[in-house]
Amino acid sequence: MAVIFDVKPYSINDGPGIRITIFLKGCPLSCAWCHNPEGMSPHLQKLYSKTKCIGCSTCVENCPQQALRLTPDGIVTDTDLCKLCGICATVCPTKAIEMSGRQVTVEEIMQVIRRETVTMDHSQGGVTISGGEPMMQSDFLIVLLDACGREGIHRAVDTTGLSKPETLLEVAKRTDLFLYDLKHMDSKRHKQFTGVGNERILSNLQVLADSGANINIRIPLIKGVNADEANLLHTAQFVASLAGTKKLVSLLPYHNIAAHKYSKLGQQFDGGEMQEPPAEDLEMAQRIFAQHGLIAAVGG
Amino acid sequence: MPANAPRTFREAIQMYWFVHLGTITELNGWDAMNPGHFDQHLTPFYEREIAAGTLTREAAKELICCFWIKVNNQPAPPKVGITARESGTYNDFTNINIGGIKADGSDGVSEVSYILLEVVEELHVLQPGNSVHISAKTPVRFLNAACRVIRQGHGYPSVFNPDVYVMEMVGMGKSITDAREGGCSGCIEVGAFGKEAFLLTGYLNVPKVFEVTLNRGIDPVTGKLAGMDCGDPREFTDFEQLYQAFLKQLEFIVDQKVRVSNYIDRMFAKYAPAPFLSVVIDDCIKKGRDYYNGGPRYNTNYIQCTGLGTVTDSMTTLKKHVFEEKTHSMDEILAAVAKDFKGEEKLRQFILNRTPFFGNDDEYADSIALRVYEDLYKTIDGKPNTKGESFHLNMLSTTCHIYFGKVMGATPNGRLAGKSISDGTSPSHGSDTHGPTAVIRSLSKLDQTKSGGTLLNLRFLPSLLKRDEDIMRLGQLIRSYFTLGGHHVQFNIVDTATLMMAQQHPEEYKDLLVRMAGYSDYFNDMNGDLQQEVIDRTQNEAF
Repeated sequence: MAVIFDVKPYSINDGPGIRITIFLKGCPLSCAWCHNPEGMSPHLQKLYSKTKCIGCSTCVENCPQQALRLTPDGIVTDTDLCKLCGICATVCPTKAIEMSGRQVTVEEIMQVIRRETVTMDHSQGGVTISGGEPMMQSDFLIVLLDACGREGIHRAVDTTGLSKPETLLEVAKRTDLFLYDLKHMDSKRHKQFTGVGNERILSNLQVLADSGANINIRIPLIKGVNADEANLLHTAQFVASLAGTKKLVSLLPYHNIAAHKYSKLGQQFDGGEMQEPPAEDLEMAQRIFAQHGLIAAVGG
Repeated sequence: MPANAPRTFREAIQMYWFVHLGTITELNGWDAMNPGHFDQHLTPFYEREIAAGTLTREAAKELICCFWIKVNNQPAPPKVGITARESGTYNDFTNINIGGIKADGSDGVSEVSYILLEVVEELHVLQPGNSVHISAKTPVRFLNAACRVIRQGHGYPSVFNPDVYVMEMVGMGKSITDAREGGCSGCIEVGAFGKEAFLLTGYLNVPKVFEVTLNRGIDPVTGKLAGMDCGDPREFTDFEQLYQAFLKQLEFIVDQKVRVSNYIDRMFAKYAPAPFLSVVIDDCIKKGRDYYNGGPRYNTNYIQCTGLGTVTDSMTTLKKHVFEEKTHSMDEILAAVAKDFKGEEKLRQFILNRTPFFGNDDEYADSIALRVYEDLYKTIDGKPNTKGESFHLNMLSTTCHIYFGKVMGATPNGRLAGKSISDGTSPSHGSDTHGPTAVIRSLSKLDQTKSGGTLLNLRFLPSLLKRDEDIMRLGQLIRSYFTLGGHHVQFNIVDTATLMMAQQHPEEYKDLLVRMAGYSDYFNDMNGDLQQEVIDRTQNEAF
C-alpha cells in the first residue's frame, strides 16, 4: 500500500511521450516554491476551496467532532477538534472540501495505468512516479516499478534525490529514466530554501550517474534563489563532471502559480524574494551550460 | 470547362469552381455541397505540370488560394425562422477533404495536400470548411503539419478517420471502392462522393425525448402534448422501467419523424428536382431519375441525434441517486428540475459532483451511453425511405445543440433551463474531469462504425500546445483515438473569451486543464487571481 495524492493522465512534461503521472505523498524537503504543497506531508490532509464553497453548512451539520464553523471567510476548521475522519468531504455537495491522501495498492494503480496503453503505445510514453518524494515509499515504489517493467511500460521516477544511496540504486535497477531535481549548489542556501542541506543529494546524483542510469537533471530556475551566475556556473561544472553521456538538463522557470494550493491547506504562501526569471536569466543559464558542453532545454 | 475535360492544373480548378457554382446556385446554398477529395483529384495535374516545368509550387498555391476566396465569397443565403435559430451562420458547409486514402486503399497524401494545409493556415477564411483525413497509412509528417494548423485555434481543420468511415459506408451497403472515394461533407456525415444523395432529414433532440418521457408525454416548456404517456416516473420502482419508458417514447417520436421526413422527400422529388446535380452524380442519367428521386447509386437518409451526453448524465443521475442509493426521491429531483433548480443549488451541486457522467472512462456512465447509442441505432437504422433504401443513424449536431437547449427546461443532470445540451457524442460541458485520454476511451466504447458519423469536441489550452513536442503529442492523441475506433475529433484551442466565460460559469468548464512548467491544474480549481493570471498569460501567448 502507498499513499498518493494525485494521478494525472496526459502528462506531457514529465518525460518522453504521453505519460500518466502518479504522485506519492510525503517529502523530506519543504521547498519554498513547492507546486504541490499537499505532497509534503505523508499524512492525510484536508483541503478546502472557498471558491467552490456555497456556504450550505452540510459539513458543519455532519461533523461528529463539531470542529467546523461557517464564517464570512468560509468554513473554518478547529484543528484541535478535527480527527480527519473525512465525513465533511463525503457530504460536501460541491467538493469544496476534499481529503488529500488516498491509500492504494499496486494492483489498483496498475489498473489505472493500463487504461492508458493505447496512448502510451502511440507516443512511446509511459508512467512517471512523482511526489512528494517517491523514495519515501520505496517498498511500494519498487514493487510498482517491477509491475510496470513486466508489462513493458516505460518508467520514469521524479526525485529530489534525498534517500539512502542503497535505496536509490535498488530503484535505479528498475527505472528507465530519472527526473532528478538539482536546486542549489550551496548547502546553506539549499537548507535555507528547502529545509535540508544538499550533500546527500549531490553525492547520490554522482552515485546514480556512476551506475549508468539515464538521468534528466531538472533545475527549477528561480530569480533570487538559484538563477545567479555563480550558482549556475557551479551547477554546470558539477553536472559536466558527472559520469556518463546521457545527461540532459531541463530548466523549469519558476511561476508563482501554486499560491491557491497553500490556501486550500489553510496555509499562507510566502513568495519572499522568489521571482520569475527574466528571459535574459534563462539565456544566461543556457549559455553557461552550453559552455560546459551541456544542452539545457527550457521546460519539462 | 466543364464541357471538356481539364488538361492543366488551372483548368482542373476552373472546372471544380464551375461545378461548385452550379450546385450551390441550383439548390439552397447551405446544402453542404462537397468537391470531394480535392487534393487527390488535383495531384495528377500538379505532378504532370511540375515535371514538365509549366507550373511552379507557388503558382499552384496561388490558384488554390483563388479558389478558396471564390468559395468564401459565395456564402449561403441568410436563414430565417427556426433554421436561423438552429444554425445562424452564412457557412455553406462545403468541407474539403485533405489527405485520407485513395480508391485502391493506398495513402492519399501528396504535395498538394501540404499546399492545401498552407492555404488553410494562411487564409483562415470562413469557408470552404476543411478537414484532414488520417488513416493508419497517413505519414506522421502530414499529421504533425495538420496539428500545427490546428494550434492556430481557428477551428480548422477537423480530423477524420477513413479506416472507420469506410467501414461505416460498407456497413450501409456501399462497395469498398465507392466507400473509399467517399468521405465527409458538411460537419461529420459520411457519403460516397459523386454517387450518393445522403440527406440530413432533421435533427433529433434526444434529451427532449427523455424530458417528455419524464413528463408523461407533455413538453413542460410549451405545456403541449408532444409524445406518449409512458407512465408516471414517480411510480417506477427501478431504472429499467424508466429506460423502457424512454425507449417506447423514442420509437414513437422516431416513427413520427420518419413519416414527416418521407413526406418532405416526396415533395422535393416532385416540386424541386435538381437537374444540374443529377448530371454530375452517378447513376442519375443511367437510371433516368432525378437526384431527389432515387437517381443516385446510393440514397441515404440520416437522422442526426444530438445530446448523448446530456441524456446519459440525466439517466445516471436518476439511476444512482433515486433507484440505487435512494438518497433522493424521483419527486424531489423532478420538482427541482421543474423549477429550474431555483432554491435547490445544494441538490444541483450534489448531482454535478456526485454522479458518474459520460466522458470519464467510467463504466457506470459509459454503459448507459452505449445502451442509448445502440437503441438509437436499432430504432432508426433500416426504417424505409422513399427510394426503396433506408434511414441510418448519425450523431451530428452542427450548432443545433444550442437551439435544442434553448427549448428545453432544466434536466436531471443539473443542467439549467435554456442552456446548451451536449453536442454530437461529446461529453456534457464540464462533465469530463479526467482528461482527454479518458474522453477518447469513453467515446470509443460506442461502436462508431454503426452510424454515419460521430462528433467529438475537445477543448485545449494553447499552453498544452506550446512546443513542437506538444504538437506531436496532439497527433499521437488523435492516432490513439482513431486506433480505438473514433470517427472524428476537432479541437477548440481555448481563447481568452472562453477563459472569461469559464470564470463566470465554472460549472460548465470543469474540464478546462491548465498546464504550466511541470505543474497542471483545472482552471476551475484556481482562485480568481490565478485565473486572471492565466487569462493574461493566455492572451500574451503569441502563436
